[in-house]
Amino acid sequence: MLTLTHYLVLAAILFAISVLGIFLNRKNVIVLLMAIELMLLAVNYNFIAFSHYLSDTAGQIFVFFILTVAAAESAIGLAILVVLFRNLRTINVEDLGSLKG
Amino acid sequence: MSFQAFVFYVLSAILVFAGVRVITAKNPVHAALFLVLAFFTASGHWLLLQSEFLAISLVLVYVGAVMVLFLFVVMMLDIDFEQLREGFWRNLPVAGTVAAIMVAEMVLILTSPESNLNGFKEPAALAADYSNVKDLGRQIYTTYLYPFELAAVLLLLAIVAAIALTMRKRKDTKWVDPAEQVKVRRNDRVRMIQMAAEPRVEDRGGDTNNDNAAA
Repeated sequence: MLTLTHYLVLAAILFAISVLGIFLNRKNVIVLLMAIELMLLAVNYNFIAFSHYLSDTAGQIFVFFILTVAAAESAIGLAILVVLFRNLRTINVEDLGSLKG
Repeated sequence: MSFQAFVFYVLSAILVFAGVRVITAKNPVHAALFLVLAFFTASGHWLLLQSEFLAISLVLVYVGAVMVLFLFVVMMLDIDFEQLREGFWRNLPVAGTVAAIMVAEMVLILTSPESNLNGFKEPAALAADYSNVKDLGRQIYTTYLYPFELAAVLLLLAIVAAIALTMRKRKDTKWVDPAEQVKVRRNDRVRMIQMAAEPRVEDRGGDTNNDNAAA
């Protein structure tokens, strides 16, 4: 019998995988963006699982807005990536220290 | 084990495998394609949870648009990805520990009897004429109208920002600003000059016959 816990544990595992991905691919901006997308997917799982088990569609509307924000985020992120590559000929995170912050 | 549980476990296995491959794939194109697989599997899970509209829009928006955008960028940039993977396994012990601790903590919390998550029983079956899309649409256009419009403005912002960031002006283009063209006045373009007339030059006839003579 499927319970709420099944979905929440799955979402937790997915979230941990994407955290692991951010640690491992510290130099590659493209894979970092993909890991962020996976993270948002894990968050959406929580919203949808609770929405189903509480019989309340408000959670699904939140997922709708998260999808909107995630699409905007990845579009702008990839645009920044393209500009970065055009100027520096690299997307290595370690070469992005020109601000010396 | 019920059929739904069977589907859940199969989809979960595929999802975790795809997630692991996204972060470990050597080639970012493969990573993007495994991300597509992950989103597709997630949409199957969401169908199990009876949120049909979001399941379909996840496939349409993510697999159809965002992932194509990713593939586009990955294939457009000429990058040595091997160089970016230097020190990839060096971070694994720390990262693996952090991830394992996170999963262990979450599982402990979620399965603890104190949190009482099993108190949520499987909801009653929906009526045969229930429409998920209709329900969501009604709520979005009534209760959540203002956030919905804000989301639309956010998308417009994303369009403008993405275009403004990546557009570059070429120097050799023969582009004309229409506003400048309309605003122009006669005095900007035409200059009236008073100058003395050239004195008449006599005796120019001799040179003009040279061409004929050469021919």
